[in-house]
This record gives sequence, C-alpha cells and structure tokens, in this order.
Amino acid sequence: MRVIRASEISEAVAKLVVEANLFLPEDVKEALHTALEREESEAGKEILSQLIANYKLAEESGLPLCQDTGLAIFFVELGEEVKVEGSLKEAIQAGVRQGYEKGYLRKSVCDPFSRQNTKDNTPAIIHLDLVPGDKLKISFMAKGGGSENMSRCTMLAPAQGFAGIKNFVLKRVKEAGPNPCPPIIVGIGIGGSFDLAPILAKKALLRPLDKFHPDPEIAAKEKELLAEINNLGIGPMGLGGKTTCLGVKIEVHPCHIASLPLAVNIQCHSARHKEVIL
Amino acid sequence: MSEYRLQTPLTEEDILQLKVGDKVLLSGIIYTARDAAHKRLLEALAKGEELPFPVEGAVIYYVGPSPAPPGKVIGSAGPTTSYRMDSYAPTLHKLGVKATIGKGKRSPEVKEALQKYKAVYFGATGGAGALLSKCIKRAKIIAYEDLGPEAIRALQVEDFPLLVVNDAYGGELYVTFD
Repeated sequence: MRVIRASEISEAVAKLVVEANLFLPEDVKEALHTALEREESEAGKEILSQLIANYKLAEESGLPLCQDTGLAIFFVELGEEVKVEGSLKEAIQAGVRQGYEKGYLRKSVCDPFSRQNTKDNTPAIIHLDLVPGDKLKISFMAKGGGSENMSRCTMLAPAQGFAGIKNFVLKRVKEAGPNPCPPIIVGIGIGGSFDLAPILAKKALLRPLDKFHPDPEIAAKEKELLAEINNLGIGPMGLGGKTTCLGVKIEVHPCHIASLPLAVNIQCHSARHKEVIL
Repeated sequence: MSEYRLQTPLTEEDILQLKVGDKVLLSGIIYTARDAAHKRLLEALAKGEELPFPVEGAVIYYVGPSPAPPGKVIGSAGPTTSYRMDSYAPTLHKLGVKATIGKGKRSPEVKEALQKYKAVYFGATGGAGALLSKCIKRAKIIAYEDLGPEAIRALQVEDFPLLVVNDAYGGELYVTFD
C-alpha cells in the first residue's frame, strides 16, 4: 500500500482551486480564439475579444476570471493500492477552505433555507470512485451558479430515442438563451438512473474541448448537436452570432429497459477545471 | 445604435434618449445588490424603513464581487444573472431606481415596469469580472455587511461599459424565439 498524507492532499487541493480560478484551460482559450476568427456578428466579436482580454488580465493580475468562483466540485479517483493517512474527504474540504481564503476567491455556499453563507465555500461536492492502481487523481471544477441554474434532467421514454434527446437539449439551450453566459459548453449524461445521468453530464464537462467521445457513433452525435446549437444563432452573451456553443460532450451508461434518463449540464464559457495526480 | 457617456444619478432625460443596442459608458456611484440584499431591501420597505442608499436616479448592479486582494479596490466584479431579481425590480423602479445592470433575460413584468417608470436594463459582459473590475475605482460596504459577497456596496465607477438590453420603449436586444 502506498501512503498519502492528508496534509499533502489539502495542500494540493488549495493550490488546485486557486489555479483553476485564475488560469483558463488551454483548450478553452484556443476555442475562444477560433470562435473569434469565425464569428461574423460584430457584437459577438466584441464579446469574444473581451473574454480573451479577461483571461489574459486574470493571469497577469491574480484576480479570478469570474467573481463567481463557483461551488467546488470534485471527481476523485482513489487507487485501490492507496492508503490515505487521515480523512480524504476532510483533507479536500480543508484544501478548499485554505485555497478560497488565501486566493481571495468568493465564498458562494449557503444553507438552502436560511441562505446563511458558510463563509469558507465548503462543503465541496465530492464524487469518489475507487480505481485500480496506486495513484490519487483529483479533478476540480469551479461551477458557477448562473450556468448550473440553466441545467435540467428528465426521464424520457425509450421510444423517444435520440430524436427526443436532441429535442430536449435544443429546447433547453433556447430557453436558457443569454442567461448561462454563452458561448456555453453542454455536458450531456444519457442513461444510468435518475441520479447517475446528471453526474455523467457533469463529468462530461471535464473532457477537453478538442476531444470527442471515443465511440465514433457518440462522437457523431456530439458534432451534430454542436452544429444544431450553433445554428440557433444565440451568439456570445445572447447578442446574436455563430458562436453559441464551444463543445458538446456526451457520457453514456446502460439503463433500465423502461427508461431513458437524460441530463443536460450547462457550463459557461469560463470553464474552469483542473486536475492533479498524487 | 449610439454611444453615450452618462453620469449617475440618472435622469429621466438620460433614460429616454437610450434605445436597445446603444452603448453606454457609465460613471459615478452605483449600488451593488443581488439575491439576499434584495430580499432585505424589500423587507425594509415593507416595514416602512428607508433604503440604505438614495433611490432617486439610482443604478443597481447585480453583482457579488470576489474579495479584494491587497492593493486592489475590489476583486472580480462581473454581472450575475438578472432574472432572480425580477420579482423585486418593479417595486424599486417605482421608487425611482432608473437602471439595473446584469446579464440575461428579464420578465415581462420588469419590461413593463421599465416603460411605466422610465427606466432601462443594462447588460454587462458575464464572465469578464477581472476586466470589468478595472472600471471600479472605489468600493465601500454601505449595508448588510453580514451578507459578505451579497452586502450592498457603493461602487465608484469610471466608464463602465454597458449595452442597453431593454429600454423604456419595450425594446429587447437579446435573440428571442417567441
């Protein structure tokens, strides 16, 4: 068994949450530049230029990309040959506490009824998975409330098939319009159960924009949905244009013979995520 | 589409010249308020109390900034999604608020209130919080400090870049599918 100390995990997480909030992932930067080259709407081009200036300024100034530094979401893959000395979950929460305080990140977590802020951005949401090996992989996502609010899930009838899926996704993106800060990224979870589909949709958002699903049939569906969403013409910030969506990412899982679970997790253009492997 | 440089507090004359799609560079004092602060503002009004800022001609910015690092006036400070404040906005416009700043669609009730009370809804670029913070020269908490990021702040802004999304004539800038 390989031993990893809890303090080591907290330190790595504290660094991870700050860096993710300051540095936009390279694939997202590239997608913004490509979009700017292709965009024809003047308003759209201006917004994309501002977003490029914003990520550059965040890197230079140490200010977060967006004031909504997110609900802290983690996908953790714990190797079966790893023994964590101390509590893994508490170590992650401690790292969030430290990182959000020292990095001057906004604390955006509150009680659902009293709306009282917990003041340290915890509790983070942690999805833990056991995997073979002796590594600990921690993927972090700073998920903003604006785009999360525009996300939906539903239970389709199997007969509705991909046509039903497409219809639901396009309707959702249209209804969301300018609200989730387009250009958006759309994570789609198909199958599993009522609880698993949204987790798949969220996990899909971690995949780099230039990587399609390894199954060519699913990759084709991602491309088809991306083209159709961009044909809606919502454009950057809803001001019109070709750039409504930077990527569609689908994750699938077998489901009950009676069901076709579907979840659409919308991500704003400030797609902040980063991972560390210990 | 025209470009204007305006100074707060805004007057009816300022508002009536603005049309959907116009660009505005706004300077002066604006007040931050989002979900929790709006709830308190309306509770204060219900109790007959005064609002913590001069409401006539006021501009409310829907924002919860990130904390100011040392040497900075404020952290990142871009707009939050406005529809969550839709149920509060008509009351505030009735009292004299001349503009709100946010991002995303407004309800038919808010658009009606803009026409009725001669006010506008400005859009700022969502997710450009670092960039927008450069236009904020001073920030001071003036009410509800316990709300942390949701406290009401008076911001002194200079040439804050805005687009008129909904004007006082019922216009709409966003792409719609109705």
